[in-house]
Amino acid sequence: MQTATVESEKSRKRSGNLRRRQLVDRIATVAIFGAVILAIVPLVLILADIVIKAAPVMSFGFLTNLPKASPFSPDQGISNAIIGSFVMVGFASLIAIPIGVGAGIFLSEWAEMRFAWVASFTNDVLAEFPSIVIGIFVFVIIVLATHSFSGYAGGFALAVIMIPIVARTTEESLKLVPNSYREASMALGVSRWRTITRIVLSTGRGGLVTGVLLAVARVMGETAPLLLTALGSTLAFRTLSQPTESLSLLIYFYGTSAYKTWQAQAWGAALVLVVIVLALNISVRALTRGKFITGGD
Amino acid sequence: MNQSGKHSLRVGRISHSPTLLCIVAITKFIEWERFSLAGKEPSAENNAVVPAPQFSARTSKLGDRIFRVLTLGAAFFVVALLVLLVYELIKGSDLTLAKFGVGFFSSKTWDPVTQIFGALPFIWGTLYTSVIALIIGVPISLGVAIFLSEIISRTSRIGELLSSIVGLLAAVPSVVFGLWGLFVLSPFVRDYFEVPLHVHLGAFPLFKGEPFGLDFLTAGIILAIMIIPTVSTISMEVLRAVPRSQREAMISLGGTRWETIRHSVLPYARSGLFGAIILGLGRAVGETMAVTMVIGNDPSLSTSLFHPGYTLASVIANEFTEATYPLYVSALVEIGLTLFILALIINIFARLLIWRITKSSRVRT
Repeated sequence: MQTATVESEKSRKRSGNLRRRQLVDRIATVAIFGAVILAIVPLVLILADIVIKAAPVMSFGFLTNLPKASPFSPDQGISNAIIGSFVMVGFASLIAIPIGVGAGIFLSEWAEMRFAWVASFTNDVLAEFPSIVIGIFVFVIIVLATHSFSGYAGGFALAVIMIPIVARTTEESLKLVPNSYREASMALGVSRWRTITRIVLSTGRGGLVTGVLLAVARVMGETAPLLLTALGSTLAFRTLSQPTESLSLLIYFYGTSAYKTWQAQAWGAALVLVVIVLALNISVRALTRGKFITGGD
Repeated sequence: MNQSGKHSLRVGRISHSPTLLCIVAITKFIEWERFSLAGKEPSAENNAVVPAPQFSARTSKLGDRIFRVLTLGAAFFVVALLVLLVYELIKGSDLTLAKFGVGFFSSKTWDPVTQIFGALPFIWGTLYTSVIALIIGVPISLGVAIFLSEIISRTSRIGELLSSIVGLLAAVPSVVFGLWGLFVLSPFVRDYFEVPLHVHLGAFPLFKGEPFGLDFLTAGIILAIMIIPTVSTISMEVLRAVPRSQREAMISLGGTRWETIRHSVLPYARSGLFGAIILGLGRAVGETMAVTMVIGNDPSLSTSLFHPGYTLASVIANEFTEATYPLYVSALVEIGLTLFILALIINIFARLLIWRITKSSRVRT
């Protein structure tokens, strides 16, 4: 009798304990779901706000006209910023893709070298470098040396940001290529560089393209280094040797200006920029869908 | 490529000078190249037996050498870039280094008119906003990471969708966050958080001062949103690296899902998660445009969340092109140097922590 009460007491306690534990489990799960929702909300809100606030200024003319000196004149546009952005990013890609891919090949194919470790570490440091500090660097070595802010300086600053990203993704995608591919090629008497260019690069090119596109998307929206190098401009784009406008600079200048019309245009430019950047990102995701290695030639 | 062993290089203990390291690396590289070629060179007989592809051994050798030099050159470029970057930062800040010395970091006056420069308000602003960002952003990020790694299956649609959304959040340019922060978030935070807090709890130093919306709190919230992708993605990788046996042991003891997470997964991944958080801190510290647009840009040492502040990155963005005399420029370059050193320490620390856990898990699985 006595023992039975103790038993039931115990089991009651245990079940109470279990109930409490299940409750804690439930609460924790709800909290985790809450965190997920809190993480999604900002993106949805930002995208919605951009579309809503950009809608009034969006028109064909907005994309093709030039900015006007007065915030109140009609037919203002952002064409110089769109062109400037693309030309500077193009210039940056010309520098960054060969160097980044080259460095990535080195890091992957000669990984056993001590210097590869140094380069890999350096690359990591450079990739995490605050971009504004890269702006200072390019300001000192190019803007001060040439006595002028220019699109070249801006493009070079963007290239410095792109190189480590391209190098890192190249390295990672080439390391995914099975070693047996290299061995098979070398066993046939194919030289190492032919092996790398024909076999390794073509097998890993999916990852390579991904890396380049992501780097382009990243620098498309860079603002801070451009403030110190390309400076911005309200004139039509002519050459990279002059101060050059970019979409990101235009958003910053118009967004922080005191005029409602310019602020509205900043939202318009933000929509254009976000569409470009997200389109690049989504296409990368669609292209790769988790697999980096595509079939060989 | 794990060809180490006989081809591996041992640079040995040499001085830490990067230039010297590069030179040694080159000479060692050339040695190695000669050695490896001697080992691999196809002999004439071999060529006779196995018909070589359309190129001769000589052009292959030459091609090999050119190719190696090219890729090595690209890698050298990366190293040289970093060395040059650090050199230019130190050289560029020599005027302030000479004039203010270490006092630059402890002085709280920043007055371009009287030519007195101190970095303390900016260091304070950077750390304060970053800590706010961590307090808000880390629980959310960990929640997302736990959800993705522990609650839903790795290959499910929802999981893929959620990680794409988090990825897209990382892709939104900083200046767009700034624009949104300035026109949407800042008024919202002011009206729904700051004013009520100020009215009811205004006596606390944390909630002192008239809220305007452009202050430490708004900057911290914007930063929190911006670090969520970094922290949650890396935390998720760290959690996925926790061996299955850890979870199975807890489940077999009758643990609930939360108990499994809380008592066996999280402790195991602790150092890696810490690394992810520190990496998020690194992001927050270096972030420029979004903060510049919402922090109010006033060098202050206030502890109030509602006081406008200034960060290392935003003072550079705001004042660099207005710096009219060399000392001013030098002070801003030294601010950049400070920011770089801060970011470097944070990042190396984080990498070490993450590397430790993901490395050991690779061995175990």
